[in-house]
Amino acid sequence: MFVNQPNQQQLPINTYPKWKYVLIVIVLSLAFLYAAPNIFGKDPAVQLSGLRDAMITQQQLDEIESSWEANGVEPVSVKPSAIGEEGVKQIIARFKKDADQLKARELANDVLNPTLENQNYVTALNLAPATPEWLANLGGEPMKLGLDLRGGIHFLMQVDMEQALKRQQDQLRRDFIDTLTDQEPSIRGRVEPIENGMLLSFRNQEDAERAYEALFKEHTGRIDLQLSEKGGRPIIRGTLNQQKLQEIKDHAIDQNRVILSSRVNSLGVAEPLIQRQGADRIVVQLPGVQDSALAKQILGATASLEFRLVDHEADVVSAQNGRVPPGSKLFESEYGPIVVFDEVEVAGEHLTNATASYDPQTNEPIVSVRLDGEGGSKMTRTTTANVNNQLAMILKESRPIFDIKDGKRVLVGSELEERLISAPNINGPFGSRFQITGRFTEAETRDLARKLRSGALIAPTFIVEERTIGATLGEENIQKGVTSVIIGFALVLGFMLVYYKLFGLVANVALTLNLVMIVCVMSLMGATLTLPGIAGIVLTVGMAVDANVLIFERIREELRSGSRPAQAIDKGYGHAVSTIADANITTAIAAIILFAIGTGPVKGFAITLFIGILTSMFTAIFVSRGIVNLMYGGRTVKKLSI
Amino acid sequence: MQILNKETNIDFLKLRKFAMVLSILLIVGSVTSFFTKGLNYGLDFTGGTLIEVGYEQDADIPKIHDQLEAIEINGAVVQNFGSAKIVQIRMPQQEHIENAKVGDEVLSALRSEGASVTKRDQSFVGPVIGEELKEKGGLAMIVALICIMIYVALRFEWKFAVGSVFALAHDVIIIVGFFSITAVEFDLTVLAALLAVIGYSLNDTIVVFDRIRENFLRMRKGSSEEVVNTSLNQTLSRTLMTSITTLLVLLALFFYGGQTIHSFAEALIVGVFIGTYSSIYVASPVALLLGVKKEDLMPPEVEKEGEEFDMP
Repeated sequence: MFVNQPNQQQLPINTYPKWKYVLIVIVLSLAFLYAAPNIFGKDPAVQLSGLRDAMITQQQLDEIESSWEANGVEPVSVKPSAIGEEGVKQIIARFKKDADQLKARELANDVLNPTLENQNYVTALNLAPATPEWLANLGGEPMKLGLDLRGGIHFLMQVDMEQALKRQQDQLRRDFIDTLTDQEPSIRGRVEPIENGMLLSFRNQEDAERAYEALFKEHTGRIDLQLSEKGGRPIIRGTLNQQKLQEIKDHAIDQNRVILSSRVNSLGVAEPLIQRQGADRIVVQLPGVQDSALAKQILGATASLEFRLVDHEADVVSAQNGRVPPGSKLFESEYGPIVVFDEVEVAGEHLTNATASYDPQTNEPIVSVRLDGEGGSKMTRTTTANVNNQLAMILKESRPIFDIKDGKRVLVGSELEERLISAPNINGPFGSRFQITGRFTEAETRDLARKLRSGALIAPTFIVEERTIGATLGEENIQKGVTSVIIGFALVLGFMLVYYKLFGLVANVALTLNLVMIVCVMSLMGATLTLPGIAGIVLTVGMAVDANVLIFERIREELRSGSRPAQAIDKGYGHAVSTIADANITTAIAAIILFAIGTGPVKGFAITLFIGILTSMFTAIFVSRGIVNLMYGGRTVKKLSI
Repeated sequence: MQILNKETNIDFLKLRKFAMVLSILLIVGSVTSFFTKGLNYGLDFTGGTLIEVGYEQDADIPKIHDQLEAIEINGAVVQNFGSAKIVQIRMPQQEHIENAKVGDEVLSALRSEGASVTKRDQSFVGPVIGEELKEKGGLAMIVALICIMIYVALRFEWKFAVGSVFALAHDVIIIVGFFSITAVEFDLTVLAALLAVIGYSLNDTIVVFDRIRENFLRMRKGSSEEVVNTSLNQTLSRTLMTSITTLLVLLALFFYGGQTIHSFAEALIVGVFIGTYSSIYVASPVALLLGVKKEDLMPPEVEKEGEEFDMP
């Protein structure tokens, strides 16, 4: 009885062509290779990073290393882990013992932050994967552990988009009025807010048409204009177009993400996660942090921007020696020391936008700044009276203060810090729109625009979800997760062996390989392992067996209906495959939908389930057949151990 | 070893009227409980604050209640969590205390009489998130069912598709009903479990359908009922085997996986039973009721089994 065996070619029954074995060996070797980093564990490490623009110089590094050597602390390796444009931003040093790690951190901190006032570097305790270098160079990395497995704090922050839109609406009102009054003769009309825009009404059709033309010329690409009539009066609806609305939202999210990142960095947390989630939320995860009140205080602190004037009458040198004139303050900046008046000319809340762009004439990178109406008139007053003075832009931010208690560096609170971010010359009077030029590179203008925006707080955030997972709970979760996987796995292996004998053993090998492959794929994808993820793996183990059960039951059936053993194997596999494929595809559909719609734990579960389905198809069908072929192929078989 | 030594020949369909009554009763019960008693939603859905604390001795729950009342915390649910020394306190959003401070206030109240209390875990979920989750969860369920129905309709036939979706809806409703009646906490992981059950039950159903299709083409004689019955018998030992192995791992999760995935494992254990039952007594009978017959499955089905995978 020869049923469909279309690709049989000249090979005898139950044999694989060589290339299939080669493929299996290659895939499995890769799987073992990339799953391997997970068994090496992690080394205690110290992470040194510069705050904001601070770089770690070679000199500092040398000093740190000799200080370690002098104190008998020997690092396993010292490597830069983040290199910025201007130098090394972050260094990770690994150690053998936990005690070394603590000591090394203190010593490094003494070098980098010699005084409590001047702390420009963060030293954090970390766990660095102990993956051998050659493997790490091949891209081998262990799986990341979710917060539920390592402890820490999770925040979900909502960005207040209404505020962001409202600011833009106010801006639009001013722009419209400016455009209409700039016309010759100026056009009169009424402006009132509508959703995402402004409604302008005019006395006559002629005014409306002129206004339409003027507005179109000046604001095209940013707003949608619509000329119509309402209550017998001509009106224009000017609304922000989709692209602009999206841009406003993206800016608001991006701004907040950047602010949050810089604050989280100042906390010295190892491997924090700051990620956009959906349209208007940001996830912040701080592994290892336990004090949620303090974390919230630092994340929630608002930065503010101030425009002040530079005090040219003050003597910079005597100010540096401590004689700062009253009412002024000395700032150290990349432009050298500058003395700035305390009085605020224009506050950052008036800033509506700051973007990096190009000077239309010279094509040089510049930063365009826009202020709201009130800010604009204040700025006009200030700049008219102070042409050729410098306008200092000061960013005020709170930053954490650390103190040494019982030999440990602890976070004791936060303080407000002022930073000069730019001090351009006032070339002439200007108002609500102005440009900052100064032989910038494109990256510099982007950075400056971002800093300015960060002080304007275009859209405030608030916490909508918060989870603190204690470190012990995390460890408990890992332990329980691993225990349950091992027990469940062992039960299934035992059962399969008893039930299907030699074939059960084949299934068990396939199952084990499946587990290795899941770990490999998750490590390669950089997926995060969470407790629900472990549950997903366990479930996959249970369900992956199903493929082999289907095959083996089919083989038994064939044997019962009188097929010879070799035929039974061939037909058993052949018949079962489409069933397995159908069943797995439908489950995969469910997993994909879970992933697309779910968040947090549901996503973690969906990822492992989906990966498990794919890898189980490979191991349960392809690999198990390979093994069976090796055992029974190419010879006469009297009896199957099934 | 074999559970079923010989080919079985159980007349499953004889019991289908009885099974239909049973299913309807279970569904009516579930729906009634869902609308009257509702679900014991977890923090993920309700919003509010959850604090898990550890005591050095066994915790005195009535006293904790008193301590909470003293600082005017309303609607708190206090329960042991996995051990007598660990207590979980769940409370809705408090009007007079800022969310950020609830944790500290509760902790200092618990410590007021000198007890040594450690905070193990604290969560706060805003009310918007909870609402969104309910919507998204429901949406996920419906989208999943529709996509699966389309796939089954394409691969098999619309009568099978309707049968499988009936079975899935049946499973979901009864598991939700189970959670409603037993008042076990319904959290985000249970939602994930529910979707996993859809996957599992579907897996079972597809295997049976696959065999029915094969037998329709192979058994020249025999009524649709006979074909279905034979198919159910032929797949029975596989159905049992897979249920057993899946149950083995789920039991391991249930007993050793810890509190966090307890409800998850529970939902799946119930799901495995219901899912196995429904693939025998709901999916196929519904397809039969819709009058599925040999002609429905005749070519243009040219595809031969196994061909896609190029198995020699």
